[in-house]
Formats: sequence, C-alpha cells, structure tokens
Amino acid sequence: MSKALNPAAIRALSLTALLFVWIVAALLTADARVLPAPWALVQPFAEALASGKLPYHLGMTLWRVAWAFALAMAIGIALGYVMGRHPRIDRWLDPWLVVFLNLPALVLIVLCYLWIGLNETAAITAVVLNKIPNVATILREGARALDPSLAAMAEVYRMPRQRRLRHVVLPQLAPFVTAAARSGIAVIWKIVLVVEFLGRSNGIGFQIHLYFQLFDVGRVLIYALSFIVVMLFVEWLLLQPLERRVRLWRGE
Amino acid sequence: MIRVRIEAKDFGAAAVLRDIALEVPKGEVLAILGPSGVGKSTLLRIVAGIDRDFLGRVERPEALAMVFQEPVLLPWRTAAENLTLVHPALGRAGAEAALARVGIADKADHFPRQLSLGQARRVSLARAFAADPEALILDEPFASLDEATAEEMLALTERLIAETRAATLFVTHSEAEAKRLATRVLRLAGQPATIVGAAEEKANGRA
Repeated sequence: MSKALNPAAIRALSLTALLFVWIVAALLTADARVLPAPWALVQPFAEALASGKLPYHLGMTLWRVAWAFALAMAIGIALGYVMGRHPRIDRWLDPWLVVFLNLPALVLIVLCYLWIGLNETAAITAVVLNKIPNVATILREGARALDPSLAAMAEVYRMPRQRRLRHVVLPQLAPFVTAAARSGIAVIWKIVLVVEFLGRSNGIGFQIHLYFQLFDVGRVLIYALSFIVVMLFVEWLLLQPLERRVRLWRGE
Repeated sequence: MIRVRIEAKDFGAAAVLRDIALEVPKGEVLAILGPSGVGKSTLLRIVAGIDRDFLGRVERPEALAMVFQEPVLLPWRTAAENLTLVHPALGRAGAEAALARVGIADKADHFPRQLSLGQARRVSLARAFAADPEALILDEPFASLDEATAEEMLALTERLIAETRAATLFVTHSEAEAKRLATRVLRLAGQPATIVGAAEEKANGRA
C-alpha cells in the first residue's frame, strides 16, 4: 500500500504536472510565438508588473467583478427568497428566469452595449443580469426548504422581525448563499473578461483583446494567468474560510 | 387565562374543527385527549396564534410559551443562545439558571446537535418556562421518548407547572400522561372534531 498523501501535497503535485505538460507542449511546438515556455514569460511578466500596467488592469477587472458580484448577489438573494416564499409570484416570474437562464451571456452583453452604450453601467449591468437568475434559482430552493416548525417557534415566542431574519432565516439560507457565491464568483469573472474584451478600454479582458490582435500569445497568457491566481486567492482566503465559519455549528 | 371559541376550522374542503369552546384559568392544566389525526395539533396551533385562518376568537395572555412535539431548537445557536434569543431579558445568567432548573447547566455552550434527544427536550422545556409564562401549550411533549426519559420529563414538567402556575393546555393521546398532569380532561373526537362528553374533573385536583 502506498502512503496516503495529504491534500495540499496532491494539489501541488497536480499543478506541477500541469506545468510539465505545458513545458513538453512548448518544446514540441518549438515556436515561441505559438506557445512560449513558462520561463519565457518571466521577463515580460516582470516588465508588465514594473510598468504598473498589469496591476492597473487587474485592479479595473477586480473592481468590476466586485461590483457585479455584490449587485448580483443582493438582487438574486432577494428575488430568490421572494420566489421561494410566495408560490404565486414564483409562477409569474419563473418563465422569466428560464428565459434569462438560457440567454447566452454574449447576447445579453451585446444588447446591453447597444441599448445602454459602451460604458461602465452597461458592462456591469450585463454581468449582473447574467448572474441574477443563477443566484435566484439557488436561493429559491433555500427559501422553499425553510423549516416551518422554526417559523412557528419564532411566531409563538414573538421574536421581532429583525432577530428572526438574522437568527432563524439567514442561518438556514447560509449554505445556499455560499453555494451561490462560489459558483457566482467563478462565472462572474469570466463574463467580466468578455465584457471588457468587447467594449471596455481597460481591464484584463481588454488587454487580452489587445494582445490577441498583436498575436502575442505570451502576454495573453501572462494576463490570464495573473488573474486566475488572484481569483484562486479570493477563493482560498475569502470564500473557503467563510464557508467553514458558516458550517461551524454542524461540527461533530 | 386562555379562552377559546372556535366556530369552524377547515383545510380547503375538509372540515377539521367545529364548535369548540374551552377555558383554562390560571393554575389549571387542561388535557385534551384524542386519537391521532383528529385535529389536536391544529387546535393548539390556533390557540398559540400560529394558525390564524379560522372562524372564532381566541384570548390568550401575552406571555405565552409552547413546547412542541420536537424540540425545535435553532441548531446553529448554543443551548444558552437558544434561550436568550427568545427571551433577551434573561441574559446569560438567566439562561444558565433556566438550564440549571431542567438539570443541564453544564450544556449551556453545546449546540443542539451535540445533545441527546432527552437533553434537547430539556432545553426546549427550559425555553418555555424561562420567562415565567402565564399560559403554556404542550403538544405531545413526551412522544418518541423512551419510558425512563419520558417519566423524568413528565416529573420535571409537573414540577415546573406547579412553580409557574401557568394556565396550561396539554395535548396527548396517552391517558396516563393526561391523568398525571391534568386537573381536567377533555376529549376531542369526530369528523369534524368537537369536544365530546362532559369535562372529567379530577377528584382531587392540585391545590
């Protein structure tokens, strides 16, 4: 029997293997314009970092992700909760949800730019509209699953509305909120890149557009990978600890 | 004092309760017996104010407490927090005292999942009695407990009722429990359910 590796070691090994695949592919291609080797990116990466261009565009994209995320979560949670609690409203709004869920992100983005203009409002609106149906669908399940006996208890003991929301309702919705947040952040940053690609003059998506036109594979990779790393940190340092905290009371 | 007059309670087309009138003065324990499914819990939910969709009138004191069939605790809050969230005036010390009264002072910082069913029921009893209720509603609080635990809980409940002297409405399908706790017993039967037979006064009700 082989000794069991701990999860962190497996993760590191797995990433190393991916890097190895990249190196082999780069060697086989033997054309730095098509696929540069990892070490060929170090120099341009350092330049982009030193010139302040990479941090600037990274910041712009993060800023858009944060806005879109906050708005989509707030509206999606409220909408999902109302739909889950009121079947009559749900029957009316459900078809809309289905339509928006099946509308390709690209279509919404193009329409927003056409209708609102090539500006920040259109960009954020497009991302938010793309994500709301998703959050609402998840939260609707949560609101439907609320325990009626806890509601009865809160009613009998006349718990005030705000305390009821905070201590009775929200903890029941928490797993659904974190699920929506995790899948939300993953989808949102990808859509933000498309939005920037199509109609913004800064951000990672814009830079990728630029280097795409210059056929600079290396810089496309630098910008893409930098942002992936940032999002992984958001996941590890923000979302996962939050999820653990929310699950604390389940501890055995 | 609890005063109930229910003319009619229906679930859609199904008539559940008809013409029910009862009064529970302070210090009295009224048990309502009846087969399962007859509408006992529905009656209690109306009296407790959880179900407001009925024809009739219910008078009940502000300070009302209820013990449900299940413990119905907030699993994400500790035993003590489960008490203070419902009765903020208690404070931490009051919550500890209330838990001590039901014999689980040492469980104040445990989450409900970490308690046995018997202990969770005690927390639920502590929650009901913590704020000195004027009226108390018990919905088969000893169901699904093993005999020894049920007996302990019964004795505990008896003691707490005697201490608070709340007007108590108690639903059960067990004659023995009704005889033990109640000063008066009513029977619910029929479809739709009504009160059948005269009230059976206990020969020597608790003084």
